[in-house]
Amino acid sequence: MLDFYNIDSVLSEDERAVRDSVRRFVDERVIPIIGNCYVEGRFPKELIPEMAELGVFGANLPEEYGCAGLNNVAYGLIMQELERGDSGVRSFASVQGALAMYPIYAFGSEEQRKKWLPRMAKGEVIGCFGLTEPDYGSNPSGMITMAKEQKDGTWILNGAKMWITNGSTAKIAVVWAKTNGDTSDKSIRGFIVPTDSKGFKAKDQKGKLSLRASDTSELVFQDLELPADAILPKSGGLKSPLMCLTQARYGISWGALGAAMACFEEALEYSKNRVMFDRPIGGFQIQQERLAEMLTEIVKGQLVVLHLGRLKDAGTMVPQQVSLAKRNNVNIATDIAREARRLLGANGILAEYSAMRHMANLESVYTYEGTHDVHSLVLGQALTGLNAFK
Amino acid sequence: MKIAVCIKRTPDSESRFKIASSQTAIDETGLKFDIDDFASYAVEVALQLNEKQGPGETVVYAVGPDLVQETLRKAMSMGADRAVQLKTDAVPYDGIAVAKALAAELKGGGYDLVLFGKHAFDTSGGIVGTATAELLGIPCVTAATKLEIANGRGTARRDLEGAAETVEFPLPAAVTIDEGIARPRYPSLKGIMAAKKKPLETKPAQLGAARVTVKSMDLPPERPAGRIIGEGAAAVPELIRLLQTEAKVL
Amino acid sequence: MANVLVFAETRGTALRKTALEAVTAARAFVDAIGGGEVHALVAGPSGVGATASQLGEHGADVVLVAENAGLEKFDRESITSTIAARATAVSYRAIFLGFSAQGRDVGPRVAAKLDLPIVTDVTEVQAAGDAIVVKHPAYANKVIVTLQVSGPSAVIAIRPSAVTATPSAKTAKVETIALAAEPSASRVVVKDVVEGGKGKIDLGEAPVIVSGGRGLKAPENFKLVEDLAAAFGNAAVGATRAVTDDGWRPHSDQIGQTGRQVSPQLYVAVGISGAIQHLAGMRSSKTIVAINKDKEAPIFKVADYGIVGDVMEVVPALTAAVKEAKAHH
Repeated sequence: MLDFYNIDSVLSEDERAVRDSVRRFVDERVIPIIGNCYVEGRFPKELIPEMAELGVFGANLPEEYGCAGLNNVAYGLIMQELERGDSGVRSFASVQGALAMYPIYAFGSEEQRKKWLPRMAKGEVIGCFGLTEPDYGSNPSGMITMAKEQKDGTWILNGAKMWITNGSTAKIAVVWAKTNGDTSDKSIRGFIVPTDSKGFKAKDQKGKLSLRASDTSELVFQDLELPADAILPKSGGLKSPLMCLTQARYGISWGALGAAMACFEEALEYSKNRVMFDRPIGGFQIQQERLAEMLTEIVKGQLVVLHLGRLKDAGTMVPQQVSLAKRNNVNIATDIAREARRLLGANGILAEYSAMRHMANLESVYTYEGTHDVHSLVLGQALTGLNAFK
Repeated sequence: MKIAVCIKRTPDSESRFKIASSQTAIDETGLKFDIDDFASYAVEVALQLNEKQGPGETVVYAVGPDLVQETLRKAMSMGADRAVQLKTDAVPYDGIAVAKALAAELKGGGYDLVLFGKHAFDTSGGIVGTATAELLGIPCVTAATKLEIANGRGTARRDLEGAAETVEFPLPAAVTIDEGIARPRYPSLKGIMAAKKKPLETKPAQLGAARVTVKSMDLPPERPAGRIIGEGAAAVPELIRLLQTEAKVL
Repeated sequence: MANVLVFAETRGTALRKTALEAVTAARAFVDAIGGGEVHALVAGPSGVGATASQLGEHGADVVLVAENAGLEKFDRESITSTIAARATAVSYRAIFLGFSAQGRDVGPRVAAKLDLPIVTDVTEVQAAGDAIVVKHPAYANKVIVTLQVSGPSAVIAIRPSAVTATPSAKTAKVETIALAAEPSASRVVVKDVVEGGKGKIDLGEAPVIVSGGRGLKAPENFKLVEDLAAAFGNAAVGATRAVTDDGWRPHSDQIGQTGRQVSPQLYVAVGISGAIQHLAGMRSSKTIVAINKDKEAPIFKVADYGIVGDVMEVVPALTAAVKEAKAHH
């Protein structure tokens, strides 16, 4: 893999070792099957034990909970390598780590952490994250899912969530609901909902043309009873789920680069071998311009996330900085995937090549975890102090 | 079992190589280094033997400058328990010189098994393992494609040209490992973090005098360009003609 | 004027091709350093002494024969001791042997035992004043390394097939010697040797190799490769790493960077794309023919003659044509 600006020289030995291990896993176990999985519309569940063994779930959470205890640059490199394979595979790891394990770690009691995190690190318990609703996507504070506390401390949950990755595979769902009839977002709390609860239904969303190697579900909660200890005690307000999203978005900023790198490498190799008009097409000016553009955006994107990771490790990173990275890196990745697909010519429409699969996947990545536009407004508000959301 | 594995830091075997301006080495710019392929099979064999046979210790050794510490840590991240660097500025091309340093270190180590790769990618000598065993006075099996240990004895298979030989031997013994025995695991992320805490000792390498030195390194001569002589079965008669008259191999 | 010792490897009582190559190399070296004797040491079961005439024909002045019933199977320890004992008793400028599978086992042991430097997989040997200069391929055949070996003696292990066994007839004086150690005392014991299959020619010795890769689409289609090899009569069948990894062919058939490295007179690559891994194993073949349906396949860049087409169509046609060409020879 081309390292044009020798980023390796500023990675630590561990960071490189982590990256190399995950890269090898993806090359040997994901890439050979993922084209077919995508066409079939299935997530390769059989890889879950190996991913767990490798240690990619909650990799930046502490060792005392059975996690790898890596720093955030290493975590980012993991996401980069997974998405070099496929955005659906990386989404699985993002959801498991940043959206299911992280909230339990950040907002859960010690009992909850000890009960769930080690088994989630081992891939024995899969989690999902229930925030988005059918009518509330970019505006999560409008959610209508409601949990009502009973006299005996138990809760009754009613509502629906949509576009939930891992929804039908998960054993637990970390669900965000308003509480006790209060429709302001201040009443939002997090709940650990076992998916075998009476009143819980998960239905796969069919007909996806993007992120096909991933389970995406609707969740419906109908008078679902939850014990008192289902609530995440330290959660409160919209801030809690947004903190989880910040974690996931950080990983996605790296992941998108992985997809871009995969498309770029494939296009570069193809351009050197594909002969037309008696020369490799890589010798024609238009293709060289394409390749130069791709390379430049990848290098810029690498430097953004590398610095962002160092800020996160130093404890000074703020969510707006993540918005910049997610917005930029996913956007350039969608461009790179599309241009790579074009360079590949007719071959580029085949599942045998990765460009079009990445291209389609990246439309979901562009849309989820805060659409590109939402992040524009986050930055706009950070710059001007003026709220342009409403 | 107490198993020692001798590994080497070599460049990625898929690379394209250029000769350095000194003409006596390859240009290392941009090359990635890792545990030599055959040595990594040896590490995997050691780890699997100790996993199967109950508690044991796998110790990895490497001769070289401080750069090899990363290679030793990779082996520890795969699962080796500790590592020893036999420090020297440059690893001699002379396999006997290297074997002497390893034998001096391994003597008295109480190892049941000492494993090596069949040869290292860069020097392609196939000397160090067998020579070290001879210096240690222990039996050696060279280029094993199968290895089993039971009750203090080993059974190994070796490929001969057009045949396969099965040998038996007592422990302690040395074995150099060929391809096909085991697929080296990639380190888990926890393994990478754990390796940082495992002991890595550095000692000076007691190398023998280097009596084999590099005079020059060159790229092999380019094959002259060939040609596509035709399409489909229709091209066969022309091929036969060329093989008979031009190449004169038929 | 100096003498050279050659370990002439046998399997049972028959000399291996690599033994004659080593004698040839030793003969050429001795002649280049101003004359001297080539002493060929051969060790095997009763009857191995009959190889002396062949050794003499290729340049051995003296043939040292160690016959021992315990050598029905190759015994590396007693043979190593015997070579070492001889080289201790008699001074030699160098000890030559073939770098075969058994040579790999014996060569470094002899060097370590006698505290001699050793160079292996050698393709060329030259005397240069007090030193010996050799060439050998490294980095999986991607780099040719020229090495200087200093000191009064050295072990030189010749790459099989790098030297052509050449007659240089001498009247060899035969001496019977005893093994320096009893095979029964050896710690490494050969339990059995399983031949690769009737008449299977080894890849390292075959003048023609027909090799198959993924382009054959299914393991059953290797029959096409086998039929073509049979048509040549003296061909071995090879395979790429892709198909050996998938279990279509045994690992020992793999030609490539981590498999066998071969240099036959003729290499026919059937349905092989030409990945660097594979090329490293066969690029030094004298003539390369490639058959592949993809005219962009990298193999065509190294092939002397390429045919673009469906292997299922081309190979049977080629097999028939080769049979006919051979019949009219």
